[in-house]
Amino acid sequence: MAYILGRELAVGYNGKPVAENLNFKVNRGDYLCIVGMNGAGKSTLMKTLLSLINPVGGELKIGDGLEPHEIGYLPQQSDTQRDFPATVWEVALSGTITRNRRLMYSKAQKAYVERRLKELNIYNLKNESYRSLSGGQQQRTLLARALSATSKVLLLDEPVSGLDPNAMQQLYTITDELNQKGITIIMVTHDMAAIEHATHVLHVNKNKHFFGTKDEYLKSSHYKMFCELEADDNRSGKEIA
Amino acid sequence: MEVLNLLGYYIKFPFVQNAFIAGVFIALCSSLLGVILVLKRFSYIGDGLSHVAFGGLAVATVLKITEYNLVIMPITVVAAILLLRFGTSEKVHGDSAIAMLAVVALAFGYLLMNVFSNSANISGDVCTTLFGSTSILTLSRMDVFVCVFMSLLTIALFVVFYNRIFAITFDEDFAKATGIHVARYQTMIAIMTGIIIVLAMNLVGSLLITALLVFPALTAMQVFKSFRGTLIYAAVISVFGALSGILLSIIASTPVGATIVLIYTVLFVIHVGIGKVRS
Ligand SMILES: Nc1ncnc2c1ncn2[C@@H]1O[C@H](COP(=O)(O)OP(=O)(O)OP(=O)(O)O)[C@@H](O)[C@H]1O
Ligand SMILES: [Mg+2]
Repeated sequence: MAYILGRELAVGYNGKPVAENLNFKVNRGDYLCIVGMNGAGKSTLMKTLLSLINPVGGELKIGDGLEPHEIGYLPQQSDTQRDFPATVWEVALSGTITRNRRLMYSKAQKAYVERRLKELNIYNLKNESYRSLSGGQQQRTLLARALSATSKVLLLDEPVSGLDPNAMQQLYTITDELNQKGITIIMVTHDMAAIEHATHVLHVNKNKHFFGTKDEYLKSSHYKMFCELEADDNRSGKEIA
Repeated sequence: MEVLNLLGYYIKFPFVQNAFIAGVFIALCSSLLGVILVLKRFSYIGDGLSHVAFGGLAVATVLKITEYNLVIMPITVVAAILLLRFGTSEKVHGDSAIAMLAVVALAFGYLLMNVFSNSANISGDVCTTLFGSTSILTLSRMDVFVCVFMSLLTIALFVVFYNRIFAITFDEDFAKATGIHVARYQTMIAIMTGIIIVLAMNLVGSLLITALLVFPALTAMQVFKSFRGTLIYAAVISVFGALSGILLSIIASTPVGATIVLIYTVLFVIHVGIGKVRS
Protein backbone atom coordinates (compact mmCIF):
# COMPACT_ATOMS: atom_id res chain seq x y z
CA MET A 1 0.00 0.00 0.00
CA ALA A 2 1.28 3.45 -0.91
CA TYR A 3 1.28 6.60 1.20
CA ILE A 4 -1.02 8.33 -1.27
CA LEU A 5 -2.92 6.69 -4.10
CA GLY A 6 -5.10 8.54 -6.59
CA ARG A 7 -7.33 6.45 -8.82
CA GLU A 8 -9.37 8.17 -11.52
CA LEU A 9 -9.28 11.08 -9.10
CA ALA A 10 -11.15 14.24 -10.03
CA VAL A 11 -10.39 17.47 -8.19
CA GLY A 12 -12.30 20.74 -8.35
CA TYR A 13 -14.71 23.08 -6.63
CA ASN A 14 -18.41 22.75 -5.86
CA GLY A 15 -18.66 19.37 -7.56
CA LYS A 16 -17.20 20.72 -10.79
CA PRO A 17 -13.92 19.07 -11.74
CA VAL A 18 -10.91 21.17 -12.74
CA ALA A 19 -8.79 18.09 -13.48
CA GLU A 20 -10.11 14.56 -13.94
CA ASN A 21 -8.88 10.98 -14.31
CA LEU A 22 -5.72 11.50 -12.31
CA ASN A 23 -3.86 8.30 -11.57
CA PHE A 24 -0.77 8.43 -9.42
CA LYS A 25 0.95 6.82 -6.51
CA VAL A 26 3.28 8.25 -3.91
CA ASN A 27 5.37 5.83 -1.90
CA ARG A 28 7.38 6.49 1.21
CA GLY A 29 10.62 8.23 0.23
CA ASP A 30 9.44 9.38 -3.20
CA TYR A 31 10.11 12.82 -4.60
CA LEU A 32 7.20 13.78 -6.84
CA CYS A 33 7.12 16.87 -9.02
CA ILE A 34 3.74 18.08 -10.19
CA VAL A 35 3.92 20.19 -13.33
CA GLY A 36 1.42 21.62 -15.78
CA MET A 37 0.07 24.78 -17.32
CA ASN A 38 -1.38 27.68 -15.35
CA GLY A 39 -4.88 26.75 -14.32
CA ALA A 40 -4.37 23.04 -14.94
CA GLY A 41 -5.45 22.29 -11.39
CA LYS A 42 -2.16 21.72 -9.58
CA SER A 43 -3.01 23.88 -6.59
CA THR A 44 -6.47 22.34 -6.54
CA LEU A 45 -4.89 18.90 -6.36
CA MET A 46 -2.70 20.14 -3.51
CA LYS A 47 -5.70 21.37 -1.57
CA THR A 48 -7.33 18.00 -2.07
CA LEU A 49 -4.25 16.16 -0.80
CA LEU A 50 -4.31 18.40 2.28
CA SER A 51 -8.03 17.65 2.79
CA LEU A 52 -8.85 21.34 2.50
CA ILE A 53 -11.37 20.39 -0.18
CA ASN A 54 -12.97 17.05 -1.03
CA PRO A 55 -12.35 15.10 -4.23
CA VAL A 56 -15.20 15.55 -6.71
CA GLY A 57 -14.77 12.06 -8.16
CA GLY A 58 -12.67 8.92 -8.17
CA GLU A 59 -10.75 7.93 -5.11
CA LEU A 60 -7.92 9.21 -3.02
CA LYS A 61 -6.45 6.73 -0.60
CA ILE A 62 -4.09 7.61 2.18
CA GLY A 63 -2.35 4.68 3.81
CA ASP A 64 0.85 2.93 4.84
CA GLY A 65 0.61 4.47 8.29
CA LEU A 66 0.07 8.01 7.00
CA GLU A 67 -2.77 9.90 8.63
CA PRO A 68 -4.71 12.52 6.63
CA HIS A 69 -3.37 15.41 8.68
CA GLU A 70 0.23 14.21 8.72
CA ILE A 71 1.08 16.11 5.58
CA GLY A 72 3.31 19.12 6.08
CA TYR A 73 2.54 22.03 3.83
CA LEU A 74 4.64 24.85 2.48
CA PRO A 75 2.16 27.32 1.00
CA GLN A 76 2.80 30.06 -1.46
CA GLN A 77 3.34 33.27 0.50
CA SER A 78 0.13 35.14 1.07
CA ASP A 79 -0.47 38.85 1.48
CA THR A 80 -1.74 38.61 5.02
CA GLN A 81 1.61 37.43 6.24
CA ARG A 82 3.57 40.32 4.84
CA ASP A 83 3.02 42.60 7.82
CA PHE A 84 2.12 39.98 10.40
CA PRO A 85 3.81 40.55 13.75
CA ALA A 86 5.23 37.18 14.69
CA THR A 87 8.66 35.84 15.49
CA VAL A 88 10.27 32.95 13.66
CA TRP A 89 9.87 30.95 16.83
CA GLU A 90 6.13 31.62 17.09
CA VAL A 91 5.55 30.68 13.46
CA ALA A 92 7.57 27.47 13.60
CA LEU A 93 6.06 26.41 16.91
CA SER A 94 2.54 26.76 15.52
CA GLY A 95 3.27 23.78 13.28
CA THR A 96 3.32 21.43 16.24
CA ILE A 97 -0.13 22.28 17.56
CA THR A 98 -1.87 19.06 16.67
CA ARG A 99 0.97 16.89 17.96
CA ASN A 100 -0.43 17.53 21.36
CA ARG A 101 -4.02 17.78 22.51
CA ARG A 102 -3.05 20.09 25.33
CA LEU A 103 -3.56 23.82 25.00
CA MET A 104 -0.03 24.91 25.89
CA TYR A 105 3.13 23.83 24.11
CA SER A 106 5.05 21.10 25.89
CA LYS A 107 8.81 20.93 26.44
CA ALA A 108 8.99 18.17 23.85
CA GLN A 109 7.27 20.33 21.23
CA LYS A 110 9.67 23.18 21.89
CA ALA A 111 12.70 20.91 21.72
CA TYR A 112 11.42 19.49 18.46
CA VAL A 113 11.04 22.92 16.89
CA GLU A 114 14.46 23.94 18.14
CA ARG A 115 15.99 20.99 16.27
CA ARG A 116 14.11 21.87 13.08
CA LEU A 117 15.31 25.48 13.23
CA LYS A 118 18.89 24.36 13.78
CA GLU A 119 18.68 21.93 10.86
CA LEU A 120 17.56 24.76 8.61
CA ASN A 121 20.22 27.14 9.96
CA ILE A 122 17.76 29.72 11.20
CA TYR A 123 17.97 29.09 14.93
CA ASN A 124 19.86 32.37 15.28
CA LEU A 125 16.85 34.17 13.79
CA LYS A 126 14.53 32.65 16.38
CA ASN A 127 13.49 35.97 17.91
CA GLU A 128 13.50 37.94 14.70
CA SER A 129 10.32 39.27 13.24
CA TYR A 130 9.00 37.13 10.41
CA ARG A 131 8.04 40.16 8.31
CA SER A 132 11.56 41.59 8.35
CA LEU A 133 13.18 38.44 6.92
CA SER A 134 14.27 37.90 3.34
CA GLY A 135 12.12 35.75 1.07
CA GLY A 136 14.44 32.79 1.47
CA GLN A 137 14.52 33.10 5.27
CA GLN A 138 10.74 33.40 5.44
CA GLN A 139 10.47 30.27 3.41
CA ARG A 140 12.81 28.39 5.72
CA THR A 141 10.67 29.48 8.62
CA LEU A 142 7.58 28.10 6.91
CA LEU A 143 9.56 24.98 6.09
CA ALA A 144 10.45 24.60 9.76
CA ARG A 145 6.78 24.93 10.58
CA ALA A 146 5.81 22.31 8.01
CA LEU A 147 8.46 19.93 9.34
CA SER A 148 7.24 20.54 12.86
CA ALA A 149 3.84 19.32 11.76
CA THR A 150 5.08 16.12 10.18
CA SER A 151 8.17 14.14 9.41
CA LYS A 152 6.52 12.03 6.74
CA VAL A 153 5.28 13.99 3.74
CA LEU A 154 6.09 17.52 2.71
CA LEU A 155 3.96 19.36 0.17
CA LEU A 156 5.43 22.45 -1.48
CA ASP A 157 3.44 24.74 -3.76
CA GLU A 158 5.77 26.55 -6.17
CA PRO A 159 8.46 26.97 -3.54
CA VAL A 160 11.06 28.61 -5.75
CA SER A 161 8.93 31.23 -7.45
CA GLY A 162 10.05 34.64 -6.30
CA LEU A 163 13.35 33.41 -4.88
CA ASP A 164 16.70 34.59 -6.18
CA PRO A 165 18.90 31.91 -7.83
CA ASN A 166 20.97 31.48 -4.70
CA ALA A 167 17.98 30.92 -2.40
CA MET A 168 16.51 28.65 -5.07
CA GLN A 169 19.59 26.46 -5.05
CA GLN A 170 19.52 26.34 -1.27
CA LEU A 171 15.92 25.24 -1.27
CA TYR A 172 16.69 22.36 -3.62
CA THR A 173 19.62 21.36 -1.42
CA ILE A 174 17.39 21.37 1.65
CA THR A 175 14.62 19.34 0.02
CA ASP A 176 17.20 16.86 -1.30
CA GLU A 177 18.61 16.43 2.19
CA LEU A 178 15.15 15.98 3.65
CA ASN A 179 14.33 13.43 0.98
CA GLN A 180 17.51 11.51 1.75
CA LYS A 181 16.43 11.39 5.38
CA GLY A 182 13.30 9.59 4.21
CA ILE A 183 10.84 12.44 4.02
CA THR A 184 8.53 12.17 1.04
CA ILE A 185 8.46 15.29 -1.10
CA ILE A 186 5.61 16.48 -3.31
CA MET A 187 6.40 19.70 -5.14
CA VAL A 188 4.31 21.77 -7.52
CA THR A 189 6.68 23.65 -9.76
CA HIS A 190 7.18 25.65 -12.92
CA ASP A 191 10.94 25.31 -12.67
CA MET A 192 12.52 22.78 -15.03
CA ALA A 193 15.49 22.42 -12.71
CA ALA A 194 13.28 20.79 -10.11
CA ILE A 195 12.71 17.74 -12.32
CA GLU A 196 16.38 16.81 -11.86
CA HIS A 197 15.76 16.23 -8.17
CA ALA A 198 12.57 14.21 -8.54
CA THR A 199 12.03 10.48 -8.65
CA HIS A 200 8.56 10.78 -10.19
CA VAL A 201 6.65 13.34 -12.22
CA LEU A 202 2.94 14.03 -12.51
CA HIS A 203 2.14 16.25 -15.46
CA VAL A 204 -1.38 17.60 -15.17
CA ASN A 205 -2.90 18.40 -18.50
CA LYS A 206 -6.48 18.85 -19.55
CA ASN A 207 -6.64 16.12 -22.16
CA LYS A 208 -4.01 13.68 -21.08
CA HIS A 209 -2.04 13.44 -17.89
CA PHE A 210 1.32 11.84 -17.45
CA PHE A 211 2.50 9.96 -14.42
CA GLY A 212 5.74 8.00 -14.23
CA THR A 213 9.34 7.99 -13.12
CA LYS A 214 11.64 10.85 -13.96
CA ASP A 215 13.44 8.83 -16.65
CA GLU A 216 10.17 7.92 -18.33
CA TYR A 217 9.12 11.52 -18.17
CA LEU A 218 12.27 12.88 -19.74
CA LYS A 219 11.59 10.67 -22.77
CA SER A 220 7.91 11.53 -23.03
CA SER A 221 6.10 13.97 -25.29
CA HIS A 222 4.80 15.71 -22.15
CA TYR A 223 8.33 16.72 -21.28
CA LYS A 224 8.75 18.39 -24.66
CA MET A 225 5.50 20.26 -24.05
CA PHE A 226 6.74 21.37 -20.64
CA CYS A 227 10.00 22.62 -22.14
CA GLU A 228 8.21 24.69 -24.75
CA LEU A 229 5.82 26.04 -22.18
CA GLU A 230 8.57 27.13 -19.83
CA ALA A 231 10.62 28.55 -22.68
CA ASP A 232 7.63 30.74 -23.47
CA ASP A 233 7.19 31.75 -19.85
CA ASN A 234 10.83 32.54 -19.42
CA ARG A 235 11.41 34.32 -22.70
CA SER A 236 12.39 37.47 -20.90
CA GLY A 237 13.84 35.57 -17.96
CA LYS A 238 16.78 33.27 -17.59
CA GLU A 239 18.15 31.16 -20.39
CA ILE A 240 16.92 27.59 -20.68
CA ALA A 241 19.50 24.92 -21.43
CA MET B 1 -3.66 70.07 41.81
CA GLU B 2 -6.94 71.59 40.91
CA VAL B 3 -7.42 68.90 38.30
CA LEU B 4 -6.80 66.17 40.86
CA ASN B 5 -9.30 67.72 43.22
CA LEU B 6 -11.81 67.86 40.45
CA LEU B 7 -11.16 64.20 39.71
CA GLY B 8 -11.46 63.24 43.32
CA TYR B 9 -14.78 64.99 43.32
CA TYR B 10 -16.07 63.26 40.19
CA ILE B 11 -14.81 59.78 40.99
CA LYS B 12 -17.15 59.57 43.98
CA PHE B 13 -20.13 59.51 41.67
CA PRO B 14 -21.28 55.97 40.85
CA PHE B 15 -21.99 56.88 37.23
CA VAL B 16 -18.39 57.97 36.77
CA GLN B 17 -17.13 54.77 38.37
CA ASN B 18 -19.37 52.76 36.07
CA ALA B 19 -18.01 54.57 33.05
CA PHE B 20 -14.42 53.83 34.09
CA ILE B 21 -14.99 50.16 34.76
CA ALA B 22 -16.95 49.56 31.57
CA GLY B 23 -14.50 51.61 29.53
CA VAL B 24 -11.45 49.73 30.74
CA PHE B 25 -12.93 46.30 30.14
CA ILE B 26 -14.36 47.10 26.73
CA ALA B 27 -11.09 48.68 25.66
CA LEU B 28 -9.22 45.61 26.84
CA CYS B 29 -11.14 43.03 24.87
CA SER B 30 -11.79 45.12 21.79
CA SER B 31 -8.04 45.57 21.44
CA LEU B 32 -7.47 41.80 21.61
CA LEU B 33 -10.10 41.13 18.97
CA GLY B 34 -8.84 44.13 17.02
CA VAL B 35 -5.41 42.57 16.52
CA ILE B 36 -6.99 39.54 14.86
CA LEU B 37 -9.40 41.60 12.78
CA VAL B 38 -6.70 43.94 11.53
CA LEU B 39 -4.43 41.05 10.58
CA LYS B 40 -7.29 39.23 8.88
CA ARG B 41 -8.00 42.37 6.83
CA PHE B 42 -11.33 42.92 8.54
CA SER B 43 -10.51 46.37 9.88
CA TYR B 44 -13.85 47.75 8.86
CA ILE B 45 -15.94 45.04 10.43
CA GLY B 46 -16.47 47.18 13.51
CA ASP B 47 -17.96 49.91 11.41
CA GLY B 48 -20.13 47.51 9.44
CA LEU B 49 -21.42 45.67 12.47
CA SER B 50 -22.19 48.86 14.35
CA HIS B 51 -24.37 49.89 11.42
CA VAL B 52 -26.12 46.57 11.76
CA ALA B 53 -26.51 47.22 15.46
CA PHE B 54 -28.01 50.59 14.59
CA GLY B 55 -30.53 48.78 12.37
CA GLY B 56 -31.27 46.49 15.30
CA LEU B 57 -31.81 49.49 17.53
CA ALA B 58 -34.33 50.85 15.06
CA VAL B 59 -36.20 47.56 15.13
CA ALA B 60 -36.20 47.58 18.92
CA THR B 61 -37.46 51.16 18.98
CA VAL B 62 -40.29 50.45 16.58
CA LEU B 63 -41.29 47.31 18.48
CA LYS B 64 -41.08 49.37 21.69
CA ILE B 65 -38.71 46.89 23.31
CA THR B 66 -36.96 48.79 26.06
CA GLU B 67 -34.29 46.14 26.68
CA TYR B 68 -33.01 46.88 23.21
CA ASN B 69 -29.85 44.82 23.68
CA LEU B 70 -32.07 41.73 23.46
CA VAL B 71 -32.75 42.66 19.84
CA ILE B 72 -29.42 44.20 18.86
CA MET B 73 -27.19 41.47 20.28
CA PRO B 74 -28.52 38.50 18.29
CA ILE B 75 -28.82 40.46 15.05
CA THR B 76 -25.27 41.74 15.30
CA VAL B 77 -23.82 38.38 16.27
CA VAL B 78 -25.49 36.68 13.31
CA ALA B 79 -24.16 39.39 10.99
CA ALA B 80 -20.67 38.91 12.45
CA ILE B 81 -20.80 35.17 11.86
CA LEU B 82 -21.98 35.68 8.29
CA LEU B 83 -19.20 38.15 7.58
CA LEU B 84 -16.33 36.33 9.21
CA ARG B 85 -17.24 32.82 8.17
CA PHE B 86 -18.56 33.38 4.69
CA GLY B 87 -17.32 36.87 3.82
CA THR B 88 -14.22 35.41 2.20
CA SER B 89 -15.87 33.67 -0.74
CA GLU B 90 -14.67 34.40 -4.26
CA LYS B 91 -17.71 36.32 -5.43
CA VAL B 92 -18.14 38.80 -2.59
CA HIS B 93 -14.94 39.69 -0.82
CA GLY B 94 -14.59 40.66 2.84
CA ASP B 95 -14.56 44.43 2.53
CA SER B 96 -17.32 44.66 -0.03
CA ALA B 97 -19.48 42.25 1.97
CA ILE B 98 -19.06 44.52 4.98
CA ALA B 99 -19.84 47.61 2.93
CA MET B 100 -23.04 46.11 1.56
CA LEU B 101 -24.30 44.86 4.88
CA ALA B 102 -23.49 48.15 6.59
CA VAL B 103 -25.30 50.35 4.09
CA VAL B 104 -28.35 48.13 3.94
CA ALA B 105 -28.64 48.01 7.72
CA LEU B 106 -28.18 51.75 8.06
CA ALA B 107 -30.75 52.59 5.39
CA PHE B 108 -33.21 50.08 6.79
CA GLY B 109 -32.75 51.34 10.34
CA TYR B 110 -33.13 54.99 9.42
CA LEU B 111 -36.18 54.22 7.30
CA LEU B 112 -37.82 52.31 10.14
CA MET B 113 -37.16 55.08 12.63
CA ASN B 114 -38.48 57.70 10.28
CA VAL B 115 -41.63 55.88 9.28
CA PHE B 116 -42.66 54.43 12.59
CA SER B 117 -41.04 56.39 15.35
CA ASN B 118 -43.27 58.86 17.17
CA SER B 119 -40.40 60.15 19.22
CA ALA B 120 -40.07 63.86 18.57
CA ASN B 121 -36.31 63.87 18.72
CA ILE B 122 -35.20 61.44 16.03
CA SER B 123 -32.06 63.30 15.09
CA GLY B 124 -31.07 63.50 18.75
CA ASP B 125 -31.51 59.74 19.21
CA VAL B 126 -29.63 59.00 16.04
CA CYS B 127 -26.81 61.29 17.01
CA THR B 128 -26.46 59.58 20.37
CA THR B 129 -26.21 56.14 18.82
CA LEU B 130 -23.76 57.33 16.23
CA PHE B 131 -21.40 59.16 18.54
CA GLY B 132 -22.19 57.64 21.91
CA SER B 133 -22.13 61.20 23.25
CA THR B 134 -22.93 60.81 26.90
CA SER B 135 -24.38 57.33 27.13
CA ILE B 136 -21.25 55.97 28.76
CA LEU B 137 -22.07 58.20 31.70
CA THR B 138 -25.58 56.81 31.96
CA LEU B 139 -24.70 53.14 32.29
CA SER B 140 -26.55 51.13 34.90
CA ARG B 141 -24.88 48.66 37.25
CA MET B 142 -26.34 45.92 35.10
CA ASP B 143 -24.73 47.33 31.93
CA VAL B 144 -21.41 47.45 33.70
CA PHE B 145 -21.81 43.91 34.92
CA VAL B 146 -22.48 42.69 31.37
CA CYS B 147 -19.43 44.56 30.07
CA VAL B 148 -17.16 43.11 32.71
CA PHE B 149 -18.51 39.60 32.30
CA MET B 150 -18.19 39.58 28.50
CA SER B 151 -14.72 41.06 28.69
CA LEU B 152 -13.51 38.50 31.16
CA LEU B 153 -14.97 35.77 28.96
CA THR B 154 -13.16 37.14 25.92
CA ILE B 155 -9.88 37.33 27.78
CA ALA B 156 -10.32 33.81 29.13
CA LEU B 157 -10.97 32.44 25.64
CA PHE B 158 -7.91 34.26 24.35
CA VAL B 159 -5.71 32.80 27.04
CA VAL B 160 -7.05 29.27 26.68
CA PHE B 161 -7.02 29.12 22.89
CA TYR B 162 -4.07 31.45 22.35
CA ASN B 163 -1.98 29.01 20.31
CA ARG B 164 -4.84 28.01 18.08
CA ILE B 165 -5.92 31.59 17.55
CA PHE B 166 -2.39 32.43 16.48
CA ALA B 167 -2.20 29.51 14.05
CA ILE B 168 -5.55 30.35 12.45
CA THR B 169 -4.83 34.05 12.17
CA PHE B 170 -1.40 33.50 10.69
CA ASP B 171 -2.38 30.87 8.16
CA GLU B 172 -5.88 29.50 7.94
CA ASP B 173 -5.15 26.86 5.31
CA PHE B 174 -2.17 25.49 7.13
CA ALA B 175 -4.14 25.32 10.35
CA LYS B 176 -6.93 23.48 8.57
CA ALA B 177 -4.46 21.10 6.95
CA THR B 178 -2.98 20.17 10.31
CA GLY B 179 -6.44 19.29 11.57
CA ILE B 180 -7.46 22.33 13.61
CA HIS B 181 -11.22 22.92 13.53
CA VAL B 182 -10.86 26.34 11.99
CA ALA B 183 -14.58 26.96 11.48
CA ARG B 184 -15.24 26.44 15.18
CA TYR B 185 -12.72 29.06 16.24
CA GLN B 186 -13.81 31.47 13.53
CA THR B 187 -17.36 31.27 14.80
CA MET B 188 -16.14 31.84 18.33
CA ILE B 189 -14.23 34.95 17.26
CA ALA B 190 -17.24 36.18 15.28
CA ILE B 191 -19.58 35.82 18.24
CA MET B 192 -17.18 37.68 20.52
CA THR B 193 -16.75 40.41 17.93
CA GLY B 194 -20.49 40.89 17.61
CA ILE B 195 -21.01 41.11 21.34
CA ILE B 196 -18.10 43.42 22.02
CA ILE B 197 -19.15 45.79 19.25
CA VAL B 198 -22.62 46.16 20.69
CA LEU B 199 -21.12 46.84 24.10
CA ALA B 200 -18.58 49.26 22.70
CA MET B 201 -21.33 51.30 21.06
CA ASN B 202 -22.15 52.58 24.52
CA LEU B 203 -18.62 53.76 24.97
CA VAL B 204 -17.77 55.54 21.76
CA GLY B 205 -20.86 55.25 19.57
CA SER B 206 -21.12 53.33 16.36
CA LEU B 207 -19.19 55.75 14.16
CA LEU B 208 -16.05 55.53 16.26
CA ILE B 209 -15.95 51.83 17.08
CA THR B 210 -13.44 51.16 14.34
CA ALA B 211 -10.95 53.28 16.28
CA LEU B 212 -11.30 51.07 19.34
CA LEU B 213 -10.59 47.95 17.29
CA VAL B 214 -7.96 49.25 14.92
CA PHE B 215 -5.80 51.84 16.67
CA PRO B 216 -4.40 49.78 19.56
CA ALA B 217 -3.56 46.91 17.19
CA LEU B 218 -1.83 49.14 14.65
CA THR B 219 -0.02 51.06 17.36
CA ALA B 220 1.35 47.89 18.92
CA MET B 221 2.35 46.51 15.52
CA GLN B 222 4.63 49.50 15.00
CA VAL B 223 6.94 48.50 17.81
CA PHE B 224 6.49 44.79 18.53
CA LYS B 225 7.98 41.87 16.63
CA SER B 226 6.06 39.04 18.24
CA PHE B 227 2.38 38.21 18.20
CA ARG B 228 2.29 37.81 21.96
CA GLY B 229 3.96 41.18 22.47
CA THR B 230 1.61 42.85 20.03
CA LEU B 231 -1.48 41.46 21.77
CA ILE B 232 -0.37 42.44 25.25
CA TYR B 233 0.83 45.87 24.26
CA ALA B 234 -2.34 46.56 22.26
CA ALA B 235 -4.33 45.80 25.41
CA VAL B 236 -2.14 48.14 27.46
CA ILE B 237 -2.39 50.98 24.94
CA SER B 238 -6.10 50.49 24.59
CA VAL B 239 -6.82 50.62 28.31
CA PHE B 240 -4.52 53.58 28.77
CA GLY B 241 -6.20 55.46 25.92
CA ALA B 242 -9.70 54.72 27.16
CA LEU B 243 -8.90 55.69 30.76
CA SER B 244 -7.22 58.94 29.88
CA GLY B 245 -9.91 59.68 27.30
CA ILE B 246 -12.73 59.32 29.81
CA LEU B 247 -10.78 61.38 32.33
CA LEU B 248 -10.06 64.13 29.88
CA SER B 249 -13.60 64.24 28.64
CA ILE B 250 -14.90 64.67 32.17
CA ILE B 251 -12.42 67.39 33.00
CA ALA B 252 -12.75 69.27 29.73
CA SER B 253 -16.40 68.28 29.24
CA THR B 254 -15.75 67.00 25.73
CA PRO B 255 -17.52 64.04 24.10
CA VAL B 256 -16.07 60.78 25.42
CA GLY B 257 -15.76 58.83 22.16
CA ALA B 258 -14.14 61.62 20.19
CA THR B 259 -11.68 62.33 23.00
CA ILE B 260 -10.60 58.69 23.18
CA VAL B 261 -10.09 58.54 19.42
CA LEU B 262 -7.98 61.68 19.55
CA ILE B 263 -5.74 60.19 22.23
CA TYR B 264 -5.40 56.97 20.20
CA THR B 265 -4.34 59.01 17.20
CA VAL B 266 -1.65 60.81 19.17
CA LEU B 267 -0.38 57.51 20.61
CA PHE B 268 -0.32 55.97 17.15
CA VAL B 269 1.72 58.81 15.68
CA ILE B 270 4.20 58.61 18.56
CA HIS B 271 4.65 54.88 18.02
CA VAL B 272 5.13 55.25 14.30
CA GLY B 273 7.95 57.61 15.23
CA ILE B 274 9.45 55.11 17.69
CA GLY B 275 9.22 52.34 15.09
CA LYS B 276 10.97 54.51 12.48
CA VAL B 277 13.78 55.49 14.83
CA ARG B 278 14.38 51.88 15.83
CA SER B 279 14.72 50.48 12.34
N1 LIG C 1 -11.77 28.59 -4.88
C1 LIG C 1 -12.05 28.30 -6.17
N2 LIG C 1 -13.34 28.11 -6.56
C2 LIG C 1 -13.64 27.83 -7.84
N3 LIG C 1 -12.72 27.70 -8.83
C3 LIG C 1 -11.43 27.86 -8.50
C4 LIG C 1 -11.02 28.18 -7.16
N4 LIG C 1 -9.68 28.30 -7.14
C5 LIG C 1 -9.26 28.07 -8.39
N5 LIG C 1 -10.29 27.80 -9.21
C6 LIG C 1 -10.21 27.47 -10.65
O1 LIG C 1 -9.64 26.19 -10.80
C7 LIG C 1 -8.77 26.16 -11.92
C8 LIG C 1 -7.45 25.55 -11.51
O2 LIG C 1 -6.79 26.40 -10.59
P1 LIG C 1 -5.45 25.97 -9.85
O3 LIG C 1 -5.14 27.03 -8.87
O4 LIG C 1 -5.58 24.58 -9.34
O5 LIG C 1 -4.43 26.00 -11.06
P2 LIG C 1 -2.86 25.75 -10.99
O6 LIG C 1 -2.59 24.54 -11.81
O7 LIG C 1 -2.36 25.73 -9.61
O8 LIG C 1 -2.33 27.03 -11.76
P3 LIG C 1 -1.02 27.93 -11.47
O9 LIG C 1 0.10 27.28 -12.20
O10 LIG C 1 -1.38 29.23 -12.10
O11 LIG C 1 -0.82 28.03 -9.99
C9 LIG C 1 -8.65 27.57 -12.43
O12 LIG C 1 -9.39 27.66 -13.63
C10 LIG C 1 -9.28 28.43 -11.37
O13 LIG C 1 -10.02 29.47 -11.95
MG1 LIG D 1 -1.17 27.10 -8.28
